Amino acid sequence: MIWINALVQGLLLGGIYALAAAGLALVFGVMRIINMAHGEVIVLSAFLTQMVTGALGINPMLAAVLILPLMAALGYGLQRGLINRAVRSDPLPALIMTFGLSIIAQNVLVTLFSADSRRLDVGPLATASLRLMPGISVGVLPLAMFAVAVAALVMLHTLFYRTGAGRAFRATAIDADIARTMGLDTDHVYGLVTAIAFALAALAGIFLGIYSSFDPFIGPSRLIFAFEVIVIGGMGSIYGALAGGMILGVSQALGAQINPQLQQLAGHLVFLAVILLRPQGLFARNRS
Amino acid sequence: MSIDQTLTAARAPSLAPTVPGIVPSAPSAARPSRAVLPARIAAAGLVVALATVPLWADPSTQRLAGEFTVFAALATLWNLLASYGGLLSVGQQAFVGIGGFALYGLSVLGGVPLLAALPLVALIGLAFAVPVAFLSLRLSGPYFAIGTWAIAEVLRLAVMLFPALGGGSGSSLPLDVLRTLGEDRASRSLAIYETGFVIAAACVAMTALLLRSRWGLGLRALRDSEVAAESVGVRVRPLKLLLFSLVGMMTSLVGAVVVMQKLRVAPDPQFSVVDWTAFVIFMVVLGGYGTIEGPLLGAALFLVLREVLADYGAAYPIVLGLIAIGVTLKMKDGLWGALGGPRRWPILPILRRPPA
Repeated sequence: MIWINALVQGLLLGGIYALAAAGLALVFGVMRIINMAHGEVIVLSAFLTQMVTGALGINPMLAAVLILPLMAALGYGLQRGLINRAVRSDPLPALIMTFGLSIIAQNVLVTLFSADSRRLDVGPLATASLRLMPGISVGVLPLAMFAVAVAALVMLHTLFYRTGAGRAFRATAIDADIARTMGLDTDHVYGLVTAIAFALAALAGIFLGIYSSFDPFIGPSRLIFAFEVIVIGGMGSIYGALAGGMILGVSQALGAQINPQLQQLAGHLVFLAVILLRPQGLFARNRS
Repeated sequence: MSIDQTLTAARAPSLAPTVPGIVPSAPSAARPSRAVLPARIAAAGLVVALATVPLWADPSTQRLAGEFTVFAALATLWNLLASYGGLLSVGQQAFVGIGGFALYGLSVLGGVPLLAALPLVALIGLAFAVPVAFLSLRLSGPYFAIGTWAIAEVLRLAVMLFPALGGGSGSSLPLDVLRTLGEDRASRSLAIYETGFVIAAACVAMTALLLRSRWGLGLRALRDSEVAAESVGVRVRPLKLLLFSLVGMMTSLVGAVVVMQKLRVAPDPQFSVVDWTAFVIFMVVLGGYGTIEGPLLGAALFLVLREVLADYGAAYPIVLGLIAIGVTLKMKDGLWGALGGPRRWPILPILRRPPA
């Protein structure tokens, strides 16, 4: 029974990992850069949420309504003001720039909030649970967060493949130069992509902040999970990211069930197995 | 003509390396300026001063110089990997960690004298570097970068599973192990410092020799265009595997030096991505990407900056991050490039003349 419970927990957590990964994958897919500060975006959102919930006395889930647009605006501004200048075929400038932003963010956060680890408080909702069958129960909150995460990914998929904006994103991803000659403002497209990525990361940050504790230096480990989700799921596939997230979540949950020290390691080992056996990912859309 | 007489870009413009500042764009720069001899004498003087630090410096200066040797070696190695091999690794802390824990395991648990353990550390580093190279090179571009980082994380967590290595909180080098370096404190600190110096010097010498060899030519071709390099007979994959493994091995030796200098080893600081990779990348771009002298200059600047800002808590990483971003935007060749170093004072030139 505890194994089935762990499995369910892992699947639900996986939805949130997929959310964290989607933003990273989106930025990589369109701009061919890895945002090394993606983990800090996730952590910063959690800190901001805690500030807002403290100041207004509202639930973190509600605070998301404020935090998501705020982070999206930050993403747009950062992309247009700074990162656009580093989007080139050479990956080094963007790597250094986002690495720099990551270290700056970590140290600003530790100066403002101290290195103490903290957690978002959702009140009585945290302990409510549904009993599926004897011995197996699911928390209402993880279930709700999973549902929101999946809904966000479905929306992202729809945006990407069914709307004009999505067509602009895809055109820019395939060839930015051609997209520009067709009249697309690719700088603006990059800004929008980063805005969406930041909003997705913010949602993931709030959910992860409810799930587990965070501190100013936890960003890199969030980034690595997000990255592993992309590699496991296959690059460039939104639903692949969902599957990848669930695989990572389940392996961590089962690893933790064997030995708490194995929680992270089990996830990493699945990642290593995937790059060894199928480096294009389990659910890659194409082999390129 | 000597080997350092550089070739003008005009001869084969399409094949010119893309790192600016190395191949001079103006024909007048085809010969190194007269300033190169004084620059070489000054550089030699600096090297002698650095080699003899324990003879003339106070302990705190010696500690700083020791850190310089560590960062100079790491910056040189990362530069070799990234600017010549095109391998943007952010996982070099894996090898600093492996080297450090290998030294601890060999000396404290295995009873091998510290200096005698170093060749074994190199072998262990190599034994890890080869499979890590095979694994991480299955990913390309930015994915390779984070892939190396994830592998470093795996190794950090794996080390934590072994209580004999100190577990999560780490452990110190006991005195009886340190005594294998010398009976009194002064001789031990001399031995530790000189180990760091020799390893750093070996890294710089290895890089310069490698880049002046046939392999160096292959590497430069590979960096400019993998497809073109392959088409003229450079065996891209073996060369990358070889380079990554070699750099990993040398980096593990630097990791051993870190433990000797700190007299302590713990998983988190020993596998720190910020200390051993992020800051090192900043040093390389700050000093000058794609040159031999630039990373050394960058390492020195980093330490000066850190000492100046030491009293302001989290200020120095923030300032360093800002500088790295600024350099990326405004000064792409780093300080050495901005000063015209590669043209004016090619102290350790790495270009070759084409066959006549």
